[in-house]
Amino acid sequence: MTSDRSLVHIALYAALIAALGLMPLFQIPFLGGVPITAQTLGVMLAGVMLGSVRGALAVLLFLLLVAIGAPLLAGGRGGLGVFAGPSVGFLIGWPIGAFVTGAIMRTMKNRSVIFSAAVSAIVGGIGVVYLFGIPGLVIMADLPLSKAAIGSLIYIPGDLIKVAITAVVAQTVARGMPSALVSRV
Amino acid sequence: MISVYLPGETFLHRLPAGAKLAGLCLATIIVLPIESPRVLGAVLLLVLGLFACLGREGLRQLKFLRSLSVLLAGLLALHIFSGTGSAGVVMVLRLLAMVLLATLVSLTTKMDDLLDALRGVLQPLGRLGLPEKKLALAIGLVLRFAPVLIGIGASLGEAYRARSGRKGGVRLIAPFALQALGSADRVAEALAARGGADGFAPETKDRKTTL
Repeated sequence: MTSDRSLVHIALYAALIAALGLMPLFQIPFLGGVPITAQTLGVMLAGVMLGSVRGALAVLLFLLLVAIGAPLLAGGRGGLGVFAGPSVGFLIGWPIGAFVTGAIMRTMKNRSVIFSAAVSAIVGGIGVVYLFGIPGLVIMADLPLSKAAIGSLIYIPGDLIKVAITAVVAQTVARGMPSALVSRV
Repeated sequence: MISVYLPGETFLHRLPAGAKLAGLCLATIIVLPIESPRVLGAVLLLVLGLFACLGREGLRQLKFLRSLSVLLAGLLALHIFSGTGSAGVVMVLRLLAMVLLATLVSLTTKMDDLLDALRGVLQPLGRLGLPEKKLALAIGLVLRFAPVLIGIGASLGEAYRARSGRKGGVRLIAPFALQALGSADRVAEALAARGGADGFAPETKDRKTTL
């Protein structure tokens, strides 16, 4: 992968996370803390498709744009205020989650694409993101750990749908355009 | 460029971006350990007072609180539900003050100035393979790609509806992924044809000197 292509692909996934947030379908604020967002689908895809370092860079690029004031988070939120809010732990978990997703994708090289994409998206895109998000809620919202964890549970079904979509997309790309599955090239 | 920045001439606009960021960090460190609702209420009033300095346009920006308040109400409900209502009130006051203060910095600082001030924080990115000079290009690409992706999705959806009269939904994911990746590859090729992200000029200069 040339450095140009890698730069463009990193930008593409950062834009994908932004585009997923702009789709009006997914802007449902939910009781319990964090608004439902399709944007973690972009985080999972970045890790699965780009691999660990590039995937994490794509997410960081997106978060940088949000931090300097682009209103790209679901619901048109942006600016430094987002990083002072209760869901900041999840945002911190995103790039780390993408990194772990890509790393697992790499270690499962010999397994089928659809299976390893699902496993790595579950561990990185759900496990790692909540590993940072729930303690974030505990600190920022002063909630006991159990309450924060239960409050976050309602998002798990949506996340599993995103895992399924990630796995299907990875499989499709592996067949239709294998060179774009950078984590496996 | 789309941004939450609010053009204006207040003293908050004139403060250098670095000073505002440093002040924000300091304020966050001071506000986080405060437990007294009275002190936090005073801090919140102070921040609202700063908002008022931005004039009517600034106060109109407070509309973003609508989505945050749903979230805060949910968290407060969780607190009341577990019998820690007063801690919940403290949490809401603290978060409101911190979010408003950070938003104030974003409203009064241009993207470019913030980017300049953040340069020190961005150094680690360079070591990970995204040098600073490529960052501007990457940011431009993201802001251009986002509407392109939405466009691809919309046209696929329209085409499917025209053929079947139904919504495409999940069926469109595969063509969407392939079209988006295809357009990314075309952009990469166009970039390479123009000398690449590292720029055409320095490379040719080197070649000339070696010849």
